[in-house]
Amino acid sequence: MSGHSQYEPKTGFERWLDTRLPIVRFSADLMDFPTPKNLNYWWTFGGILAVCLGIQIVTGIVLAMHYVPHADHAFASVERIMRDVNYGWLIRYIHANGASMFFIAVYIHMFRGLYYGSYKAPREVLWILGCVIYLLMMATAFMGYVLPWGQMSFHGAVVITNLFGALPIVGKAITTWLWGGFAVDNATLNRFFSLHYLLPFMIAGVVGLHIWALHVPGNNNPTGVDVKSKEDTVPFHPYYTVKDGFAISVFLLMFATFVFYFPDVLGHADNYTPANPLVTPQHIVPEWYFLPFYAILRAVPDKLMGVILMFGAIVMLFILPWLDTSKVRSMRYRPTARLYFFIFVLACIVLGFCGAHPPDDHVIPGISGFQLLDSDINSFVWLSRFGALYYFGYFLVIIPVLGLTETPLPVPESISAPVLSHPANAPAGAAASPEKRG
Amino acid sequence: MADTVVGANPDPHAAGDDPNRRDFIHIAAGTAAVGLVGALAWPFIDQMNPAGDTLALASIEFDLGKVVEGQQVTVKFRGKPLFVRHRTAKEIAAAIKDDHASMRDPQTDEARHKPGKAEWLILIGTCTHLGCVPTFGGGDYGGWFCPCHGSVYDTSGRIRKGPAPKNLEVPEYAFLSDTKVKIG
Repeated sequence: MSGHSQYEPKTGFERWLDTRLPIVRFSADLMDFPTPKNLNYWWTFGGILAVCLGIQIVTGIVLAMHYVPHADHAFASVERIMRDVNYGWLIRYIHANGASMFFIAVYIHMFRGLYYGSYKAPREVLWILGCVIYLLMMATAFMGYVLPWGQMSFHGAVVITNLFGALPIVGKAITTWLWGGFAVDNATLNRFFSLHYLLPFMIAGVVGLHIWALHVPGNNNPTGVDVKSKEDTVPFHPYYTVKDGFAISVFLLMFATFVFYFPDVLGHADNYTPANPLVTPQHIVPEWYFLPFYAILRAVPDKLMGVILMFGAIVMLFILPWLDTSKVRSMRYRPTARLYFFIFVLACIVLGFCGAHPPDDHVIPGISGFQLLDSDINSFVWLSRFGALYYFGYFLVIIPVLGLTETPLPVPESISAPVLSHPANAPAGAAASPEKRG
Repeated sequence: MADTVVGANPDPHAAGDDPNRRDFIHIAAGTAAVGLVGALAWPFIDQMNPAGDTLALASIEFDLGKVVEGQQVTVKFRGKPLFVRHRTAKEIAAAIKDDHASMRDPQTDEARHKPGKAEWLILIGTCTHLGCVPTFGGGDYGGWFCPCHGSVYDTSGRIRKGPAPKNLEVPEYAFLSDTKVKIG
């Protein structure tokens, strides 16, 4: 961790412990960590995500006490949790909706990083660790969704594991290996349960690295300007513990609204039908947080290319720090980039919308467009293609070129400069260092 | 480092010596360690492959007598659906007519059934795209339609439209008698 430790052991025991395991010093330094004083509410999602991970682990461990990972019993054991286990309905609804909440928070967290340039030097490793967490989250969520062994669970597992079958030569051997048989079956369910239990702890480990990597350069901030002096920072506690705490409370209110009033709205009714390998549901869709990638997969008429592009969409995030040529971090000072960024957010939402609809359905109902190549132009498959084109264009063309061609607005000299120079902000009688007063 | 410690780890190649006994033991130990890790890793990888009892359930027998013309029966074979279709003359004719049409995975209808048994089409009922179960009677070719990503198969189970790369797979099977087949 950067900076000098301000911690002074107060009691004899603390002094004794400090020379053996300086854990109190470690925590004190975390609380003291100098944090830019201008962080807005978009920066509270890191804390919110930590809470989400904690909720998922606690509810998950409890559910595992009642769940039976066997193809013949899994569905019934989940129903038993819902009907017979004391408060099982509550714990399962928290866990199931918690996955969605986790993804809402992580998407906001990622878009924040994209907007304010938090992936740029010297935070590339921090960003990549975040991408690793995101990948682990997707794997965990996917395997968790398989466990209730409903129709969507089963056929979702079939589709996703078959993605690996697109690989030339080794594809078939890999899918058989993943399944532990000739199809998705009990062996598959068993291993998914084992891995679904493991991966959250791996996420927790990478979160530790992510925070470590955060504490070396320190937080980015809405201006994107580096911290220049002590004037630019405040201690993490109480300023951001309180700000994060407030944001977490608001987030939990929304979370609770889903759990208590709309517990199934983010799920799919077909998953309350036990898995039947002989019948695929008429309309198979993944959970909402995978829909944009699903749309990219379906936009491509070739199996291998579809799979490559789908994974490529995530690879874009990993290489982003080296694609961005702009010297200015925050898009607050990049009006052109900001415009393209908002179109990018829109493209992601449109892709998600496309992923939720059958590919050949009309986007605008009742109007028949003209046939372009294999499909009607007024179909979700074509809308996905335009969305996917923009998605990749944003990373591979817009971001690299824009950094070289745009004229950014003047960037403030320091975080404090624009605030202090403003006449309305004369610090008349403002309390200094309230953290030092009880 | 302010000073250099001399002689703590003398460089054996300082004088341009040939590989000596210490190099040998380093390489030998390193190789043994890598080999050991590899040998230990394999059981942990291979345990995920199909187990003995899974492999043992690999073939089934099926009585065709209960499938009337124009009907399709779906049975479970190696955990996947297996389509046993009793084709009508019209379906067979449509399949033969398209034998030389442009296709992604060209195959004649003849090659997809047993000689002289054109009415019996036996297929693995999973879409070759991502493994969903296609339904019969959908799509533009009178055959199967996959609800997941819109692949269309004809009355011979050949891929005609959509993202699937291959025709519906014909499993290994043999006629034991006129009405009995052994699959797998």
